[in-house]
Amino acid sequence: MTLTDEPTTAETPVKEVGNARLRKEDARLITGKTSWTDNMVLPGMLHMAFLRSPVAHGTISHLDVSAAKDRPNVVAVFTGQDFKDEQGSIPCAWPVTPDMVNPGHPSIAVDTVNHVGEAVAIVVARTRTAAVDAVEAIDVDYETLPVVLDMEQAVEDGADLVHASTSSNTSYHFVFDAGEAGTGTDTDAAFADAEVTVSRRFVQQRLIPAFMEPRSAVVGVQGDNYTLWSATQIPHILRVMGALTTGIPEHKLRVVAPDVGGGFGGKLQVCPEEILALLVARRLGKPVKWTETRSESLMTAHHGRDQVQFIDVAAKKDGTVTGLRVRLLADMGAYLRLITPGVPALGAFMFPGIYKFPAYRFECDGVFTNKVPTDAYRGAGRPEATFAIERIMDELAVELAMDPMELRRKNWINAEEFPFTTVAGLQYDSGDYEQATQAALELLGYDELRAEQKQRRESNDPVQLGIGISTFTEMCGLAPSRVLGSLSFGAGGWEQASIRMLPTGKVEVVTGSTPHGQGHETAWSQIVADELGVPFDDVEVLHGDTAISSRGLDTYGSRSLVVGGTAVVKAAEKVVAKARKIAAHLLEASEDDLEFSGGKFSVKGTPGAGLGIQEIALAIFAAHDYPEGIEPSIDAEAAFDPVNFSFPHGTHLCAMEVDTETGFVKIRKYACVDDIGNIVNPIIVEGQMHGGLAQGISQALYEEAIYDADGNLTTGTFVDYLVPSAADLPTFHTGNTTHAATSNPLGAKGVGEAGCIASTPAVVNAALDAVRHLGVSDILMPLTPERVWRAIHQGGDGGARVAEGSNAYGGATTTETGYEEAK
Amino acid sequence: MTQINVRVDGASYSDDVEPRTLLVHYLREQLGKVGTVVGCDTSNCGACTVHLDGESVKSCTVLAVQADGSEVTTIEGIADGKTLHPMQKAFHEQHGLQCGYCTPGMIMASIDLLKNNPNPSEHEIREGIEGNLCRCTGYVNIVRAVQQAAGEMSSTAGAQA
Repeated sequence: MTLTDEPTTAETPVKEVGNARLRKEDARLITGKTSWTDNMVLPGMLHMAFLRSPVAHGTISHLDVSAAKDRPNVVAVFTGQDFKDEQGSIPCAWPVTPDMVNPGHPSIAVDTVNHVGEAVAIVVARTRTAAVDAVEAIDVDYETLPVVLDMEQAVEDGADLVHASTSSNTSYHFVFDAGEAGTGTDTDAAFADAEVTVSRRFVQQRLIPAFMEPRSAVVGVQGDNYTLWSATQIPHILRVMGALTTGIPEHKLRVVAPDVGGGFGGKLQVCPEEILALLVARRLGKPVKWTETRSESLMTAHHGRDQVQFIDVAAKKDGTVTGLRVRLLADMGAYLRLITPGVPALGAFMFPGIYKFPAYRFECDGVFTNKVPTDAYRGAGRPEATFAIERIMDELAVELAMDPMELRRKNWINAEEFPFTTVAGLQYDSGDYEQATQAALELLGYDELRAEQKQRRESNDPVQLGIGISTFTEMCGLAPSRVLGSLSFGAGGWEQASIRMLPTGKVEVVTGSTPHGQGHETAWSQIVADELGVPFDDVEVLHGDTAISSRGLDTYGSRSLVVGGTAVVKAAEKVVAKARKIAAHLLEASEDDLEFSGGKFSVKGTPGAGLGIQEIALAIFAAHDYPEGIEPSIDAEAAFDPVNFSFPHGTHLCAMEVDTETGFVKIRKYACVDDIGNIVNPIIVEGQMHGGLAQGISQALYEEAIYDADGNLTTGTFVDYLVPSAADLPTFHTGNTTHAATSNPLGAKGVGEAGCIASTPAVVNAALDAVRHLGVSDILMPLTPERVWRAIHQGGDGGARVAEGSNAYGGATTTETGYEEAK
Repeated sequence: MTQINVRVDGASYSDDVEPRTLLVHYLREQLGKVGTVVGCDTSNCGACTVHLDGESVKSCTVLAVQADGSEVTTIEGIADGKTLHPMQKAFHEQHGLQCGYCTPGMIMASIDLLKNNPNPSEHEIREGIEGNLCRCTGYVNIVRAVQQAAGEMSSTAGAQA
């Protein structure tokens, strides 16, 4: 054992947290040395291909797979009949009400199909091409049933049913009433007494997460042990749910998420295909692989959003808001997947936004339709809520002839009022909305653009300019386990980390958070480098394998840093505490006399001698000399369960040019200032903001999953579903204010979803601000040139881009005074 | 089956392929060149972009038999030993990737873009890579990366001239 000399001048350790570290992950990603699931090849591996339903609703009247079985290189063909007794149901972890109706979700259809793309048969073959070829040889007929597509029609009395086993298409009716909850006053009274009310119907179109890496699953078989490699966000949850669903004992199922190419909530799922891969591998005793095509992905991986929102706001004539009432229809699709019903319920608490509403009532009907299920997509409930509140605040401003920012300022929570308990019962931790707003106004060049807007309006320029505002907050860091319990969620919200101090002084950090592009390996290394005082490059972060990180709750809801990062901090604190005892022993000093700085224990007031924590790792590996009564290890494990959510906020401003002659919209400038608490890595933060903005803007301008009247997805390829290219998006001007979160020692609030949640209403508000003087008060998303042109030249909200019979077609329309119900 | 002879990332291969085999499937499944990935079925996403005789192509839109007698360069063949290609280095330094799935194609397309236009404007970069989709980055840092690489590659070229 050596004791190192310490320099006589005390150096302040350079902090890694806050440092713009380039990412460790990049080395393999930029050189093609990545381990995507589809790269995996196992000896004897077979390939799966699915026959999928071409009808949205029907019974399987005839299914003959014999010709497919006879095809060369085909090993087996399975149908729902083969697995009906062992496939169970795709789990739904969030029964939002006690009487929620869940008809069950078979992984493969047995008798009936309920959406286009549902699996009907599985071919297992030696090669992928042989499997796909043999699918063509399956003989199948369907007796079609009435197709249910429009939620507003689906909830009417006597409507055709998606599931014959249910009495209606309503899965649940979820209510949050602040008056009843004791967090607010009576909503009906607020509206009865209101000086001004504004009512609107907004449509959150159906979106597709569209992660770039198609889903893929490989199952390896070792006796009665199974390893599932999957392109998933949730290896830990998938292990538990996969075990419960298939009956494979949990301790005999290992799940690995290797490099995963994006998720955005779309891989927060227990996919039917993952379950079927396990069942097929178990049946055949052979390893299998399934990798989806892009069209399979768009058609069968879960979708997001899809709500019809009826919003009423009550206010005084001076602009003070007095009440908020929300009624939602939320499209579940044909089945309830992992958190399908919970997405709108999660949003329930965010509709009041940053404003001091005294009264609030939320109601939501979850509605079955013959479409692929919806579930989490970046923001999951909170973008919908933010859109509604930020849109209706603009509508209220118009009604009151107030400046939209002044209206917001009049009603938002002031900096000195934090922590603030909202009408929805949430305690917002910290922030300063005015500060972020001022910074954003400067970043945009607000005054100049307002002047230009005025000039264009006066000159009757065919290209009009508008500025849209979104002052938002979100609940992140999912989530306090007890709160999740109170919301009937089927799991907790803690996270796990462990730190292994290797004999050579290197450090392994095992995290239950599972990255798919967020840079955990870099950020966690920065945290541990600071906590342990070890070099950044001496830290390796291990993740995504249930055999390595046995406990974890994975990555979604902007939770990784806030919850998972904190677990890492807690584990590091334990390592230091354990090392302190050994340092005291070796330095022959009292623990209380030791200080730990820059990775080194030294005796207070005794410069010149010290012991590094990496040296202690070797000493305790040798274990020749350590105190009595303690274990010979300084490794440590910690779980962290937050006591509150975190609440990032920000001000997003969009300047939009609208060509009134063509309907073409173009973002002139986009600026935002976000408060996400303390920042671990500013490069990663900026990247997360950019990506979120792209997706939020894209909801406003480009993306929509469209079904035709028969329930066929007509946007089933990247030709039709418009994921924007570089040419379709502007440069983003981003900035930050910093008010540390109070619910975790890192002070981090979460950044993964902020850009996506905040930007959509800013963009739509901007377009409306440009053309409102032409009589336009709403335009359906996405703001296609056709819709914008129609809204300007023909009135209304731009009209449907979708087929008759689906949500956005023929429904209620926005009017000057509110909305007209569907005819 | 049809025999093809191809050079890929500096090595020669002679293989029998089904005539319908796409170049990307040949690269991934027969040669194990899994750095090149498949992102869509319709040649929209560009994740599979490689260079075929020096030109950027989407390898899902080329049959393997069409590559017979050709030189193919993938993401795995552009670094010079341990020295990254300036475009790889720029993507790293500008944080031009997150999940990294689009990155091989994005880098290969960007190299081709600079070959045709060594000093592109931001607008020309955005137009030039519009055949490659990224879902993570919002493209701002990809544009910055291409700008950085353009600067480094033109100064290197100038020094060599």
